[in-house]
Amino acid sequence: MAVTALAEPLPMSLAAVLQHVRVLEASGIVRSEKLGRVRTCHLQSGALRAAERWITKRRTMWEHRLDRLGEFLAEQDATSAPTDPTP
Amino acid sequence: MTTAPVAATTGRSVVHASFVLERIYPVTPGRVFLAWSDAEAKARWFSCHEGYTLDFRVGGRESNRGGPPGGPVYACDALFHDIVPNERIVYSYDLRRDDTLISVSLVTVEFTPVEGGTRLVFTEQGAFLDGHDTPGHREHGTRLGFERLLAELERAACET
Repeated sequence: MAVTALAEPLPMSLAAVLQHVRVLEASGIVRSEKLGRVRTCHLQSGALRAAERWITKRRTMWEHRLDRLGEFLAEQDATSAPTDPTP
Repeated sequence: MTTAPVAATTGRSVVHASFVLERIYPVTPGRVFLAWSDAEAKARWFSCHEGYTLDFRVGGRESNRGGPPGGPVYACDALFHDIVPNERIVYSYDLRRDDTLISVSLVTVEFTPVEGGTRLVFTEQGAFLDGHDTPGHREHGTRLGFERLLAELERAACET
């Protein structure tokens, strides 16, 4: 996919997109090559999908944990009011 | 002769990403902080596994182990870097599946008093290594993922 086409739907400048492409290239998840005036990107292996799954999983896990923390705090309130260390 | 079956086909990669979660709890910062600092309290909401330990002090560690019966063991080991009672906790942790390192992250948890309770802001910044994750189901949506990742990187750049 050409970098210009890639940049089109994104709310950022072509220069910014190029910068990101370089980061992705250094990370090993994108390969790019220049043919004439057009730079084309190719996704490499499953690194990206795995990374996206990782982010989604961490986020989802913490959403659940913070919900459980809320339930735990409410439960504490309902039973014995514990001592509060804050003045 | 043994050869490592990895790198030859998959290669190495690092992806950096971060996410932020926010919650408001209708209790004081002291109460929320206690739920993070007391081992017994934290085990109640944080871990659903048996092998959980917490040594809550700067330089102290937290360890969490678990996984499906007969399947791989996931291990999460954290180190506390900064503790400001009732205000802030900073720790780093690594995540392993058996002997494979999946990711290394920095986590900042901030507690701020707001009207009627406490705002908790959870920020995780991670380095995801070599594309290791649950083996198996490889999914579609590659281009969408690429764009989302770009957005994520853009946001990360703006936040620093």
